[in-house]
Amino acid sequence: MVSGIHTNDRINVVPVKFSNNSFLKKIINELNRRFHSDISPLAMDLDIGETFSEERAQYFSTQIIASFSSLTSDVSGKVLLITEVDLFVPVLTFVFGEAQLNGKHSIVSVCRLHEEFYSGISDDDLLFQRTMKEVLHELGHCFGLIHCKDWDCVMHSSQGIEEVDIKGNFYCKTCARSVIGLK
Amino acid sequence: MNNKKEKILVVDDEKIVRESLYHWFIEEGYQVETAEDGETALRKFDKGKFDLLLVDMKMPGMSGLELLSKVKEIDKDTIVILITAFASVPTAIKALKDGAYDYVTKPVDPDELEHLVKKALEQKSLRVENEALKGSIDEIIKPDNLIGESLQMKKIYELIHTVAPTDTTVMIRGESGTGKELVAKAIHINSKRKYFPIIPVNCGALAESILESELFGHEKGAFTGAQFKRKGKFEMADGGTIFLDEIGSVTPKMQVELLRVIESKQFSRVGGNQLIKSDFRVIIATNESLEDLVKQGKFREDLYYRLNVFSIFIPPLRERAGDIPVLAFYFLNNFCTAMNKNIKNISPEAMEFLCRYDWPGNVRELENAIERAVVVGKGEMIKVDDLPFHVSSSAVANNDGDKSMTAMEKKHISRVLNENNWNISRSALELEIDRVTLYNKINKYGLRNPYK
Repeated sequence: MVSGIHTNDRINVVPVKFSNNSFLKKIINELNRRFHSDISPLAMDLDIGETFSEERAQYFSTQIIASFSSLTSDVSGKVLLITEVDLFVPVLTFVFGEAQLNGKHSIVSVCRLHEEFYSGISDDDLLFQRTMKEVLHELGHCFGLIHCKDWDCVMHSSQGIEEVDIKGNFYCKTCARSVIGLK
Repeated sequence: MNNKKEKILVVDDEKIVRESLYHWFIEEGYQVETAEDGETALRKFDKGKFDLLLVDMKMPGMSGLELLSKVKEIDKDTIVILITAFASVPTAIKALKDGAYDYVTKPVDPDELEHLVKKALEQKSLRVENEALKGSIDEIIKPDNLIGESLQMKKIYELIHTVAPTDTTVMIRGESGTGKELVAKAIHINSKRKYFPIIPVNCGALAESILESELFGHEKGAFTGAQFKRKGKFEMADGGTIFLDEIGSVTPKMQVELLRVIESKQFSRVGGNQLIKSDFRVIIATNESLEDLVKQGKFREDLYYRLNVFSIFIPPLRERAGDIPVLAFYFLNNFCTAMNKNIKNISPEAMEFLCRYDWPGNVRELENAIERAVVVGKGEMIKVDDLPFHVSSSAVANNDGDKSMTAMEKKHISRVLNENNWNISRSALELEIDRVTLYNKINKYGLRNPYK
């Protein structure tokens, strides 16, 4: 089920209900541009149907992470799940992503990052920029970072799409010190 | 960077809710404890121990409302936000009457919860911080790329220092590329609003058709394709600053809208009836003379007077040539890091070109020139030939078309004066003329000392 060479500063990118391969490659290329670490796609066959809430028509992100955690104990480095489905945690209406603080796993959903859901106009470049911000943000949590007060830092909290757009797409100097493998 | 230290107590009988909120608040940087019922919460509670309690309304045993009144008896300053699965107006009124800060319904919009908690806590902590801020700024915090040690720039830093802690509307004037947005940012990050965002709006780029939605936001379903709601720029600036760039290019319709929202600080999202209040500071920028636009009837006089409260002028780069070397090295260092190149220096000839060029595009043009030089440069030094053709060509010697001796002399004297921060003795010495002659030439050419 799990394949590939595993190193400590590796970032494994796992598609979960995500079929856009060229977009996935673009994310991996961008991570390679920003990290010295080995960035590799990792195919894992796991049904996340149990994490689906009929009532909310969304998937419970904490449970998805828990399901993958049991399968990735022999995988070194970080495990970044990328999905197209809409995510939630109880209490909140949705989440863009979730991460294990100072841990191994994180998940990012591109579902609510699509511009057409807000303005009706599709914008692939904007989708990619937003996705990279959320990817870097959730990875930052895995490296132990909490939310940053600097709006130019990608670790600034972004609970709405507007905040995703206005925050920066790099780690500030202070946050960058905690991210292992960053160029 | 994060230095939040506020303590939050989450009280909810559902484990999954407690855990979700616990992790969510930890990522936000708060210190968090949880309790599964009112009794446990009270055992953990003590005067001054928690800044905020997030309490589920319906729990077995003690209800959220009962817990609220007991907590308020012990510490009336503790902020309590109640959460419930079902919204009910009478309960909400009772909760607010009993001293709850607010009341939210499950599931909560994460943005709403974050904003609510942040505003509640920061209003409390800013009361103390603002007092300190008013009296004790010795030096302003500058954005990394607001650079320059010329007297003109030092004067700008002083103005930023003066106006930042107030809520005054600021008008920033200057040619394109002089760094008006950086000055706006410096004002924002030195104000009490620094923990909230500064929202830039490029007024020149806004199409009238999307104007309302951009500025005021829209509700879910407001138009085809609007599956999710979106906040507008003025709502995003709540607590922070709105930066209206290129204000001179706004259409008459937008001028009316701007005046209305700036005065009332309230609006509705497109497709919604709810009146939204937003507490924002206004900073505007222009490279045009608004006075001329008012005279021509292109800019509303009432809006002009509403905006023209405190003005900061950024001089063009050619009038502060002394800043060119430090800016050039700053950009060189940045581009070398980004492109992984090892260019450490700028040749004296190339630097001379940079300092003598007129920079009609100002700092932005200098940045582009250095970027280009880093791309094409080989070795450890930028040479004249690495600079863009139009910079390293005859444009340097005379790029304004007027080739007369009088024009050349005026320009030369102006440059020397600026390089010497208008020190007359030093400038006269460099020009090899006496001080009286220099004064006469200053009068003859109508040169103006920017430091006076």
